[in-house]
Amino acid sequence: MSLPSVFPQLEQLLPLVSKPIQYVGGELGAVVKDWDATTVRWALMYPDAYEVGLPNQGVQILYEVLNEQPDVLAERTYAVWPDLEALMKENGVPQFTVDAHRPVRAFDVLGLSFATELGYTNMLSALDLAGIPLESADRTDEDPIVLAGGHASFNPEPIADFIDAAVLGDGEEAVLEITGIIREWKAEGCPGGRDELLLRLARTESIYVPRFYDVDYLPDGRIQRVVPNRPDVPFRVNKRTTMDLDAWPYPKKPLVPLAETVHERYAVEIFRGCTRGCRFCQAGMITRPVRERSITTVGQMVKEGLEFSGFSEVGLLSLSSADHSEIGDMCSGLAEQYADTNVSLSLPSTRVDAFNIDLAQELSRNGRRTGLTFAPEGGSERIRKVINKMVTEEDLIRTVVTAYSNGWRQVKLYFMCGLPTETDEDVLQIGRMAHEVIKAGRIAAGTKDIRCTVSIGGFVPKPHTPFQWAAMERPEVIDNRLKMLKQEINSDRSLGRAIGYRYHDGEPSLIEGLLSRGDRRVGKVIKRVWDKGGRFDGWSEHFSYARWVEAADEVLPAFGVDLDWFTTREREQLEVLPWDHLDSGLDKDWLWQDWQDSMTEFEQDDCRWTPCFDCGVCPSMDTEIQIGPTGQKLLPLTPVGGLRMPSAPAHTH
Amino acid sequence: MILRERASTVVLRAGRGPRGALSKDFVIAPKNQPPGGQAPVVQRIRLRYAKRGPLRFTSHRDFARAFERSLRRAGVPIAFSQGFTPHPKISYASAAPTGVGSEAEYLEIGLQAPVDPAQLVVALDAALSAGLDVLDAVIAPEGSGSLADRIDASAWRLELPQVSSERAEAAVAAFLAADEVLVERMTKQGRRSFDARNPVASFVVTKESDAPSGATAAPCAIIDLVVRQVTPAVRPDDVLSGLRVVAGLEPPVPPRVTRLAQGLLTAQGEIVDPLDADRVDAPVVGR
Repeated sequence: MSLPSVFPQLEQLLPLVSKPIQYVGGELGAVVKDWDATTVRWALMYPDAYEVGLPNQGVQILYEVLNEQPDVLAERTYAVWPDLEALMKENGVPQFTVDAHRPVRAFDVLGLSFATELGYTNMLSALDLAGIPLESADRTDEDPIVLAGGHASFNPEPIADFIDAAVLGDGEEAVLEITGIIREWKAEGCPGGRDELLLRLARTESIYVPRFYDVDYLPDGRIQRVVPNRPDVPFRVNKRTTMDLDAWPYPKKPLVPLAETVHERYAVEIFRGCTRGCRFCQAGMITRPVRERSITTVGQMVKEGLEFSGFSEVGLLSLSSADHSEIGDMCSGLAEQYADTNVSLSLPSTRVDAFNIDLAQELSRNGRRTGLTFAPEGGSERIRKVINKMVTEEDLIRTVVTAYSNGWRQVKLYFMCGLPTETDEDVLQIGRMAHEVIKAGRIAAGTKDIRCTVSIGGFVPKPHTPFQWAAMERPEVIDNRLKMLKQEINSDRSLGRAIGYRYHDGEPSLIEGLLSRGDRRVGKVIKRVWDKGGRFDGWSEHFSYARWVEAADEVLPAFGVDLDWFTTREREQLEVLPWDHLDSGLDKDWLWQDWQDSMTEFEQDDCRWTPCFDCGVCPSMDTEIQIGPTGQKLLPLTPVGGLRMPSAPAHTH
Repeated sequence: MILRERASTVVLRAGRGPRGALSKDFVIAPKNQPPGGQAPVVQRIRLRYAKRGPLRFTSHRDFARAFERSLRRAGVPIAFSQGFTPHPKISYASAAPTGVGSEAEYLEIGLQAPVDPAQLVVALDAALSAGLDVLDAVIAPEGSGSLADRIDASAWRLELPQVSSERAEAAVAAFLAADEVLVERMTKQGRRSFDARNPVASFVVTKESDAPSGATAAPCAIIDLVVRQVTPAVRPDDVLSGLRVVAGLEPPVPPRVTRLAQGLLTAQGEIVDPLDADRVDAPVVGR
């Protein structure tokens, strides 16, 4: 291998940092290839700590898809903690991949997956450590193409100066297409250099290259227009949709870390997309339409994933898992298959529905029960209509009572604070609802020994949702409501004792709001914050609100705007939004109508069970809903006796 | 973290217990009682394993998680403890510190069905990452006590890059000449001061030509160290601190430490492999 590993230098620093295991690689499922035997080389980054980044499904899927190509090499890199960052700078050790400890700058592509905007400062740290110029304009042919993906890339404008390109939507096929374009360009001898490669990517009409677009502003600070600055790139860039999830059964060989990570489980996505239509939910809006993975593929993936990984927990993931058309058979089939083992099954993201208790019962046959979580999201009936979370208080009480009377002792309820039109009263209603839950639960369970945890997250309006025009509430108003809610919960001491209360302060949400709906001018704020030492903004111990406010105050007035302008300001219908040239398939007029409907508390149904309501995605993206039932069942597994020896067929799926 | 966990999780156990112990028509366990019983231990096996190269940065907890997963990957019929949260029957002998390599770590497992130790070595080694290597396994006979009874000392190799053998020899000589070498370390109880000299049974600088990396131009002193197990434990880094205390030796780069052996220290200064006593004849499994 011609490219030397940086491990010998890194190794000297590892005894001096906390949790060095996160930097050494060696995971099961990790792939190390000969550098010279490959033509296209990807460094995939999840811009957060290893313990958060490693379990990320997106990165694991792309890592496997890319490495299955014989002439492609994909390695991973994560954000290093400030202790190692300082030592790396001092000793000249560059940002490295954990697989073979290669310097990131040597790769063809640095692909970053942004699940959240709070990873932006970590991207700058990684670029800086890698020796890659922070701004796209300063990069040369010696630098990788810096490519953003993940949900945050549906508005990459705040990082437009730092990235070379962005992909919207599903990555499985996109990475292969990009690989093909780079392969061809390299085979031709890299004609036209970096600019030509970016142009070829942009011509696909589904890869956004910010440098090929100019943004003009109106005197009042609003965007006048975003237009291509050269003739051969599209006016709008489309999102990607991977159809037929059964054809893409990844991860097959999940990464199993040595270090402790936030999720230690084999996760399988049982469907992608969601048409429940919760108006705050960006994931549900940008991943349409619903595409189910069949029960038999899920069963096969679970079997092989567990055998490969040795995990003892399986997560059946999706945006609303109980909505899978064959969820009942899937849960009972898997429960049956793993009944005699210590494997546990979990079903995250379930809606408030007694049906979910049946599923939970099924999965916990003979077993221990941990908590059940439901997300009514809004405390009052009125606010739930505003956000289109169609749950009545009776539904919730009935569901929770069913859980308590079936032996659950702990229920967690998830809400949001700061929603559009929200008043103090809407939030106080959460406390009263929790009281009712405990009262009804005590009767149903026949014991006082039950608990309920109320967990509150801050609402952040996101691009490509009906709330993309909404004003955010000020942090001090949020914090005051949270304080009042606490008093409300504890106003009855007997009930209050049975209620746990967790919440997030309003300040981090406001900054997330700035980054979510920001435009290119916000990039200057990100850079300023990073210059002042901002890192790991998703971690409360590293996040500094004061630093963000200060940076915004220093940078934004020159553009005639400020932090409030981006966050607490409601947008007009005709305002050009920074992401309008990025096409999620959602019709902007439909989004506006849904925003108006939310103000009149008009509820929108789910198109899986009611006629199409013309959100626009299927026709514009040439996609369609893919749901079952297939009518298939999971068959009992044949028990395999004896040790699995390395050469045994069981190992070589 | 303020990252909000959108996925609300219901963790539900699919059931537990040895294969066949619970019939499918088993209805509902009585409240607050774990269902079924766990199969008894029918065989105990003691293993020796190594932590090598980059994976020496694996902490003991990291290794324990990886080992439990490797048992499942390899299909090892591990026995479980009773109760609501059954734990696999694994007991570890004293583990080398994080960042220290080892050729001689030991653990014992309880199995609900007998396996061939030689096959177990192969299956487990393949199920663990390269660098966590299973080297040896023996069946522990009934009444053979515990592994801990068979370990009272460790042999360590210390490699000090950019330190000459002469410099190291002088420091070691000063250390051995002292009656007591007080060193300090942060423990769970706070900063503690203790004697690093007394537990040191032997401390020898090997000739540089003996060094595996002797071909490189930079000097690298190599020291062999035998330390008795005491409380509080005196670890190789404590002895290295002792070299700083008595001779001002401060290696410019972090020394590399490897445990070479653990076991009972004989009068002749040898360390006896704790698995030797369980071998029926000569060792059957290669290292």
